[in-house]
Amino acid sequence: MHSLKEFDKNIVLGLYETILKIRLFEETQSRVFKAGEQEGFTHLYLGAEAVAAGVCSNLNKDDFITSTHRGHGHMIAKGGDLKKMMAELYGRSTGTCQGRSGSLHIADRSIGVLGANGIVGDGNPIAVGAGYSIKLRKTKQVAVSFFGDGATNQGTFHESVNMAASFDLPVIFVIENNQLSCGVPTGTVCKVLENLGDRAAAYGIPGENIDGTDVLEVYTVTKKAVERARSGEGPTLINCKITRHHGHFEGDIDIRTKEEVEKDLKIDPVDKIETRMLEVNMITKDGIKSYREKTQKMIDEAVDFARESPVPKPEEAMKYVYA
Amino acid sequence: MRKIMYREALREAMTEEMKKDDNLFMIGYDVGKYGGEHGISGNMFDLFGDARVKNAPISEQAIVGCAIGASITGCRSIAEIPFGDFLPMCMDMIVNQAAKFHYTFSGQMNVPMVILTAMGGYIRAAEQHSQCLEAWFMHVPGLKTVIPSTPYDAKGMMKTAINDPNPVMFIEHKKLLPMKGNVPEEEYTIPFGVADIKKEGNDVTLITISYVVHLALKVAEELEKEGISVEVVDLRSLYPLDKETVLNSVKKTGRVVIAHEAYVTGGVGAEIAAIIADEAFGYLDSPIKRVGAKWAPIPFPSVLEDYVLPGTDDIKKAVNEVLE
Repeated sequence: MHSLKEFDKNIVLGLYETILKIRLFEETQSRVFKAGEQEGFTHLYLGAEAVAAGVCSNLNKDDFITSTHRGHGHMIAKGGDLKKMMAELYGRSTGTCQGRSGSLHIADRSIGVLGANGIVGDGNPIAVGAGYSIKLRKTKQVAVSFFGDGATNQGTFHESVNMAASFDLPVIFVIENNQLSCGVPTGTVCKVLENLGDRAAAYGIPGENIDGTDVLEVYTVTKKAVERARSGEGPTLINCKITRHHGHFEGDIDIRTKEEVEKDLKIDPVDKIETRMLEVNMITKDGIKSYREKTQKMIDEAVDFARESPVPKPEEAMKYVYA
Repeated sequence: MRKIMYREALREAMTEEMKKDDNLFMIGYDVGKYGGEHGISGNMFDLFGDARVKNAPISEQAIVGCAIGASITGCRSIAEIPFGDFLPMCMDMIVNQAAKFHYTFSGQMNVPMVILTAMGGYIRAAEQHSQCLEAWFMHVPGLKTVIPSTPYDAKGMMKTAINDPNPVMFIEHKKLLPMKGNVPEEEYTIPFGVADIKKEGNDVTLITISYVVHLALKVAEELEKEGISVEVVDLRSLYPLDKETVLNSVKKTGRVVIAHEAYVTGGVGAEIAAIIADEAFGYLDSPIKRVGAKWAPIPFPSVLEDYVLPGTDDIKKAVNEVLE
């Protein structure tokens, strides 16, 4: 584990801000969803915050990411507009996709977010394509694919990592390993769950297995992978171990026992970074309180914006079928 | 006018467009130095090099996904999946991703990608290398599906496909690839959604696609000698569909046969028949007849394959039925 003192204070505070923003956004989302203010389904990023924050802080606006069904965290870390995000979750015209796609398909091409995806593992081939495009156009961009441990058992994972490796593409494959494939403990359907990063060896690329709840570890390892990709050396696979704090989706029946959930809740990236910052006096308890209030205010404004935004007209369903 | 092969016409279209845009590339297994499983890419590897005529591993989801990802980040792509029978391997990327990007993300991203694939039998390639699956793709909003039957149509429509901002399923037929036809030297395009009357007639409208266009023309020629005037309508484009040309022909003749190689059940002919029954009902002098494959996978030996797949006799029989 890296000492906080190794890092520029602004980097640490920036990472903390992002983690906190994701945490409070998702907790707020959980509340409003439970209160029946939104339709459909929502899958929350609670527990995984350090991965999105640590990875995306190494990316520029014109770098690309592909995301999952659990995509709010990626969008926020990449610089997503909270008001437009919340409006999208509420299905309003002011949303990132004009309210037509909701939680599962949150996207913002202008900041390189190539979409949250409802098909497990489908972000991988698309990220490979972004990597191919970068290499063909000869820019220094990179593409990051976020996906879960469950997705590493999809054919798309194997095809994508193999293709990116074979073509030396600037893609970073990031596993958010919470050991759960929806309602199946992934360890019962996979023999290498703990160190999924070791799968990289099968494709001839470097792989890492790290604590995904230590934002500075995620930041440091990703930095190396991004530099490798930008210099044309090819892809990296990073297995980030985390826990899932809520169910697969809000309102589902969690496969875990009450004790298992409590154990998983205790592994908390927000607590970790706050504790460490307090330990080295990088922040005070009042400072934390202030950050939290400031951030929650931003999110509350986003909720108000969403609640007050118009609903799309029915005929708008026929728009955008073709370009 | 010079005559070139269908596969050469495709190669010319792709080469002309690739010369104009450095960010347009082709990807698929065997497209490189090998020249393509159907000899379509030919010398393109020598002209454009590895990065733009890219040999892929046998990974259909990754091939199509790569094409999609590149197409939403500043490039355009042609992904060859040489046998239509392999498309089920990447249906997810085509249907759940490519077809839905522009709609789901409300215009933020579009996918200018062409999927080039060969369907069809009559070549004794057996059950997993002979299918006609165009109906599957006609059924997906967000995709365009075209199916040209001549070198002239193929070249013009391939250029349109490459320049279309949407994902396009470009369906050839294996038996059409070596077929020669008139193709002008000058560049030209053929728009989608425009059917082509390959032979004018007054007694029966024979609507058809792909290889069966040529069987239909043979039948029309034979029936002409018997005093029956058949109008052969080549749809060329399934989505968008040229309803106007179809309905105008039906209003003229009052009798319709729809012939394709794919199964009658759930084939595109069913859709065309329903449109005609809905919008030209008063003009029909007899029920609409469809010709297609019998309901079995496509077997290997000619004696069995020719039993399952439609032939000129089947088409002739249907034409005579609607004339009764």
